[in-house]
Amino acid sequence: MYPKVDSMTHELSDDTKLKEYLESCDECISYGNGRSYGDSALSANIVHTKPHDFFLDFDDAKGLLHVQSGVLLSEILESYVPRGWFLMVTPGTKLITVGGSIASDVHGKNHHTEGCFSSCVLEFNMMLEDGSVKNVKSGTELFKATCGGMGLTGIILDAKIQLKKIHSQYIKQTTIKTKNLRETFRAFDKYKDEPYSVAWIDCLAKGDDIGKCLLMVGDFDTKGDLDYKPKSKLNIPFNFPSFALNNLSVKAFNWLYYAKAPNGESKQRVGIDSFFYPLDSIKNWNRIYGKGGFTQYQFILPLEVSYDGLQEILGLISASGKGSFLAVLKLYGKKNDNYLSFPIEGYSLALDFKIEKGLFELLDQLDEVVVRLGGRIYLTKDVRVSKDTFESGYEDIEKFRAYRKKQKMDTKFHSLQSKRVQI
Amino acid sequence: MSYVLIVGAKSDIAKEVARTYAKNGYNLYLAARNVTSLEDLAIDIRTRSGVEVHLKELDITEYEIHQDFYDSLEERPLGVVTVSGYMAEQKEAQVEWAKSLNTINVNYTGTVSFLNIVANDFEKERRGFIVGVSSVAGDRGRKANYIYGSAKAGFSAYLGGLRNRLYESGVQVLTVKPGFVNTAMTKELDLPEKLIAQPLEVAEDIFKAQQNGGNVLYTKWIWRYIMFIISHIPEFIFKKMSI
Repeated sequence: MYPKVDSMTHELSDDTKLKEYLESCDECISYGNGRSYGDSALSANIVHTKPHDFFLDFDDAKGLLHVQSGVLLSEILESYVPRGWFLMVTPGTKLITVGGSIASDVHGKNHHTEGCFSSCVLEFNMMLEDGSVKNVKSGTELFKATCGGMGLTGIILDAKIQLKKIHSQYIKQTTIKTKNLRETFRAFDKYKDEPYSVAWIDCLAKGDDIGKCLLMVGDFDTKGDLDYKPKSKLNIPFNFPSFALNNLSVKAFNWLYYAKAPNGESKQRVGIDSFFYPLDSIKNWNRIYGKGGFTQYQFILPLEVSYDGLQEILGLISASGKGSFLAVLKLYGKKNDNYLSFPIEGYSLALDFKIEKGLFELLDQLDEVVVRLGGRIYLTKDVRVSKDTFESGYEDIEKFRAYRKKQKMDTKFHSLQSKRVQI
Repeated sequence: MSYVLIVGAKSDIAKEVARTYAKNGYNLYLAARNVTSLEDLAIDIRTRSGVEVHLKELDITEYEIHQDFYDSLEERPLGVVTVSGYMAEQKEAQVEWAKSLNTINVNYTGTVSFLNIVANDFEKERRGFIVGVSSVAGDRGRKANYIYGSAKAGFSAYLGGLRNRLYESGVQVLTVKPGFVNTAMTKELDLPEKLIAQPLEVAEDIFKAQQNGGNVLYTKWIWRYIMFIISHIPEFIFKKMSI
């Protein structure tokens, strides 16, 4: 269950060396900053793209940024928030590369209004299996296969992305405390015009309390300064003993977090880092799960079955007593045209679980519900689903496979994950 | 506007030092041999930070041109960071004099020649900072790399003396002693992962220590203690060891 592999690394520098490398190795996969939770960037041979980190150009009039694929989102923020620009789409961590953002077609709190990361990508250059460099424009088949394609179409070299204008580094946030899943759904619906929304859910709640949450919605303030300084990091210096995080401590944490919020609706004004990247400010936060580590589980259900499905799944989790330290619920907008992008219209739940006895049996149970309801699992977070479970949710998987075969991409680009689910 | 001059700008540490100073609003002179190869880095830094970046051709081992080079800078720098370093394979350096000599010249002689000029100017102006990147290898000679180590030892002693001399003029001198750093220089070595610093960490440590008026910086910090122990092993034991 815990894939470990000794890898040979090629540090991405220039095209000529990469071409030689691709000719010399049997198969490989891109590896950015290593923040995918599962095995999607693991392979015996990896192309490490993070050292490929030059900023190439910025068009101040249009907010168009051209960077190499190893640049971190955090570096973009550091440079451009003070000048009044922000990422159009950002996930809950800024410690990922631009190349990785494209390969996972990441999304964030504004998926319902702005879509996935690919919607801010105008074009990118990538090296294909034969060593040729291709310019890939939005709308082409190679674009649709690559965005969300988990690095399986080639090595992304650089990309042009659109930034959005902001006038303040602060976000006007409204927090809504709900008592059950019905209220949670109503709140999501009521605030669907707010650009950013996400809910932290108490997954140990039982009975009538199932689905109670803190929904946080908001938008950038129009007033305030742009004097953005990334928060300094708190470090977790060592692995917590594995008993530190148990059902009780999760309960206490969730309860404290939930209890601390005022009833009903409340307003706050918060900074970029605490609104978008709450966990990034704790370095090595994964260590609170102890040496055994943790796994993420993220699925999405079609809108029409989301309510019943979440009732069922939250019921199963709560009954198992396996607490998730962090459970994040969000209503997504329309799906895009990319073959393997995760988001569809509906509710998605992301959970962290400490690795322990009985966990994988529980996750198998959850898989069954997701498959039965026509939902899907997020590859970027996944390390364990079977080929059948994976396939059932992604209707374009055969198109992706056929394209990969036709372009001979399957002769060169593989990860442990692509082999596991046979894509 | 204030300029920082980075000498030996092609190294992995220099790249991050340059970015860090630029991020904090300093304009840059980047000096190195075949400096045109740094054009992409200059664009990167201008795009990231909106500061001025000028590339300057400089061979640290061509002593006779150092004064002209320094005089030709459009604006006198506020501070100078020397990152020049060259580590030949020890086994080759001990049998090929040319490699020994180049190691000594890049790490010691050339840098001394250059910093003498800077020091004289800063002393006169009674301002400025000098950051010299030396190495923990200079703290004790070991068979694994004593030619490189002895050049760095000389350089560390030079910086110590310079700091002592310039104290009265209010010029700061910071000696930087990195341990293992993940760079082109150490790529082929098999090193313990926990002791390896990333170039960015080293650069941030340097910037912080320089801004806080530091004297001697070990980076990662644990090297101060490792080297304390290594320096205190009695010679009759040390000579038999392979570390």
